[in-house]
Amino acid sequence: MTTPQAKEAKSKQKNEVVNDFSMTVATMNGSGSQTSNVTLLRALFKMGIPVSGKNLFPSNIQGLPTWYTIRVSKDGYLARRETHEVVVAMNADTFVADLASVVPGGAFFYGDHLKFEITRDDISVHSFPAKQFAKESGAPANLRDYVANMAYVGVLAQMLGIDMDKIREALDYHFDGKEKPIALNMSVIDASYAWSAANLKKTDPYRVEAMDKTSGFIMADGNTAGALGAIFGGVQFAAWYPITPASSFAESLSQNIAEFRDKEGQEGKTYAIVQAEDELAAIGMAVGAGWSGLRAVTSTSGPGISLMTEFAGLAYYAEIPVVVWDIQRVGPSTGLPTRTSQGDILSTHFLGHGDSEHILLLPGSAQECFEFGWRSFDISERVQSPVFVMSDLDLGMNQWMTKPFEYPDTPMDRGKILWEKDLEKLKDPWMRYKDVDGDGIAYRTAPGNRSAQSAWFARGTGHDEAAKYSERPEHWENTMDRLTRKFQTARQYLPEPVLETQKGAKVGVIAYGSADPAILEARDYLAADGLKVDYLRLRAVPFNDTVREFIASHDKTYVVEMNRDGQMYKLLVLEYPEMATKLGSIRKYDGLPLSALWVKESLQAEEQK
Amino acid sequence: MSESNGNTATMPNIQLNLVGLSKNDYRGAPTTLCAGCGHNSISNQIIAAAYELNVVPEDVIKLSGIGCSSKSPAYFLNRSFGFNSLHGRMPSVATGAMFGDHSLRAIAVSGDGDTTNIGMGQFKHIMRRNVPMVYIVENNGVYGLTKGQFSATAEMGLRLKYQGVNHYFPVDVVQEAMASGATFVARSFAGDANQVKALIKAALSHNGLAILDIISPCVTFNNNDDARHSYGWGREHQEPLHDFTFVPREQEIQLGEFPEGTTRQVEMHDGSTIVLKKLERDYDPTSRAAAMRVIEESQSEEVLLTGLIYVETERPSLTDLYELPQGRALNRMSEAELRPKKSMIEKANAMMF
Repeated sequence: MTTPQAKEAKSKQKNEVVNDFSMTVATMNGSGSQTSNVTLLRALFKMGIPVSGKNLFPSNIQGLPTWYTIRVSKDGYLARRETHEVVVAMNADTFVADLASVVPGGAFFYGDHLKFEITRDDISVHSFPAKQFAKESGAPANLRDYVANMAYVGVLAQMLGIDMDKIREALDYHFDGKEKPIALNMSVIDASYAWSAANLKKTDPYRVEAMDKTSGFIMADGNTAGALGAIFGGVQFAAWYPITPASSFAESLSQNIAEFRDKEGQEGKTYAIVQAEDELAAIGMAVGAGWSGLRAVTSTSGPGISLMTEFAGLAYYAEIPVVVWDIQRVGPSTGLPTRTSQGDILSTHFLGHGDSEHILLLPGSAQECFEFGWRSFDISERVQSPVFVMSDLDLGMNQWMTKPFEYPDTPMDRGKILWEKDLEKLKDPWMRYKDVDGDGIAYRTAPGNRSAQSAWFARGTGHDEAAKYSERPEHWENTMDRLTRKFQTARQYLPEPVLETQKGAKVGVIAYGSADPAILEARDYLAADGLKVDYLRLRAVPFNDTVREFIASHDKTYVVEMNRDGQMYKLLVLEYPEMATKLGSIRKYDGLPLSALWVKESLQAEEQK
Repeated sequence: MSESNGNTATMPNIQLNLVGLSKNDYRGAPTTLCAGCGHNSISNQIIAAAYELNVVPEDVIKLSGIGCSSKSPAYFLNRSFGFNSLHGRMPSVATGAMFGDHSLRAIAVSGDGDTTNIGMGQFKHIMRRNVPMVYIVENNGVYGLTKGQFSATAEMGLRLKYQGVNHYFPVDVVQEAMASGATFVARSFAGDANQVKALIKAALSHNGLAILDIISPCVTFNNNDDARHSYGWGREHQEPLHDFTFVPREQEIQLGEFPEGTTRQVEMHDGSTIVLKKLERDYDPTSRAAAMRVIEESQSEEVLLTGLIYVETERPSLTDLYELPQGRALNRMSEAELRPKKSMIEKANAMMF
């Protein structure tokens, strides 16, 4: 090992690196480190520094390795970075690998209860007495391991320059103002901060500094944002079954809906939430509620989506509105349940049996999760068909710096639904599946309509325009053709893609969902390397003409996504076969969020082919 | 709702009920089930019960899964909304649908395969939730629409023409209902018109889940000599039920008078017999222990106990638990009631960090 003096000299030769690095904390899950990590994240955010946090956690309750990475970026980049400049090791099982993961010149901190040989001399290494702080805090024995994790908050705050007032603010938010846990945790942070100031010497170049780049933003996870959006969308019924990473959507709905929807003096609730016995029942309940005229939602992940297949097909064909959130994760069966993916695109789009196709909404930020939370109901009721909101674990469960939620800018669209008075006004007898307007969308009624003309019989079986049982070939064909027409109509109700274009770009990128931050960042790097890249962010399937024009107007368009099979690429090829050769596919499927570096290098490699 | 609903011609001979409707207003499309199928007589008793109870058809929703029995909601209450959903999944659809307008009453029809095979999970959970509806299991121990496979209620040792012998222990719908905390449990026989109607009326008046296990023999497929649910035709009879010696295919078995406390040996069309035992007049259906005991006893005696076996009226129904507004349907709520005010968006953002 080199002496501290030598190291200090080395680092002084370099320039300081301010607000532009990643720090990773290695702990065990179930050790309470999440509180420490989000406290750091939130404190940095309150310092005005653009920041993103990613939790890489195992499918386990306690004892397996967990890493939490916080990226600070003065340039506002929020994607995952592949390098770790500052690493905190709190887990003996991963100590060796964690030590190896630090970039040369970086900083490594570890709890001194971990007895390992330090094998590197190209980084700054500091140990700190985490357990001692916990003991001295007076915390009861059963909480000591939890508060021990606060020690690294204090040490990092002191060594990196994180504002202690902001840390207190973050803790206050986390514990909802409860004095006791705030005081307990703060005492450990204060003690470790003071200890660090007295005992550690800063020799690495990484530090933070307050700036003003987060005002006008909030921190939110996509699942909470989506649930709040659903509340503003007037959700009336939700049914769900627990599954990672979707559970927090329904839990957030349950926890927050009363706050926003129960009004003073109001008699009775305006909503109901049921935890179902499985995903089959969850969507069955939601479909029943949709049929009965309610704004109904269910939330799940890939394995749940596959269980919902039969109901999705039924709702498509019986034309029943229902919203399904798919917080995508990796793999079939259990797969990698705590890793992120965009792997359900093809299966969900075609979910069902026989001919079926579904509307997919593709939120690209927590703010957009909120927006699609309410907008999905408008679309679903307008089109009288299931709408799937395709989020993912990264977007759904991690904290994101995002633009504030915006109040719905359009009134609720309940679609073509007729009540008693509407039926009275009709000149011709009402028929459930008659295409009166030529847009493929027929008029519906809901149970509880007391008009003697209102009832209809919903079924998956063949039916005619009057919803009567029929196996006649022309009736079936007519229905299927009308459903195709309806799907064409649907395009006008879907969110437009977001375009980022510049003059002279010949190469395009199409991406969607949580891939967005890595694409935005990669474009800057590519431009710096002399390659101008236009960007179209899809926000819905089916596509509209903007997508066609984008592909047509570029020599080559790469579809960047997080699955093995290039699922969105394939949908685009199906939609635009005449332009298939203009499309390329770039895919990542290791369960980690995209990094800009990988996007840049993959695209450059494709361009050189 | 009242007379205004009636579209019945005011012909002198047509009897109107208290809501101004004739029995015709409660009918459905012509049945497409086999002639002589017990399901049809159940449909007829649903029609009769609704008519006699002065139920407005628009105040009822009909639900079913998949199978012969599940087709039957098309054959009664044409003026009620209906949903012929998925195999074994009717309970979930009903659960969600009951929230749309909780003043509605629901009549659900399922079969033994739909309920105790593919739908066992949802069947059990809808009882836990005490969804306020009438849940009729038209039970014949056999799959009709797929042509004669065993269902889980088929008795052990039963031999069917193409399926061979059933080796598995049968599911008893009534026992499962008791085990799952159903608040209204009854059994009847499709051919006992009076009892079926009386039980449907009672079930329609129950605020909670009412299970009606109605033995409804299949005329076409469950046609083996040993079958407890069987309904063959044209065989020699050892102990004829009525004074007929030959049962034509299109004729249903009807029981006629069947007093409480008695047993009745019923000759099926294939010559086999089942023994029905009607609960005593002074049987107390509010005792859970008594209900469990009589079910156990009837099983060891190999008789099918009929009547109202258990009822509990104290437990709140699903929709009671959700504090829904009195006299107002969720599906009538306006944007003003459903969407938080504009100022609330500040609160949502403030909730975030």
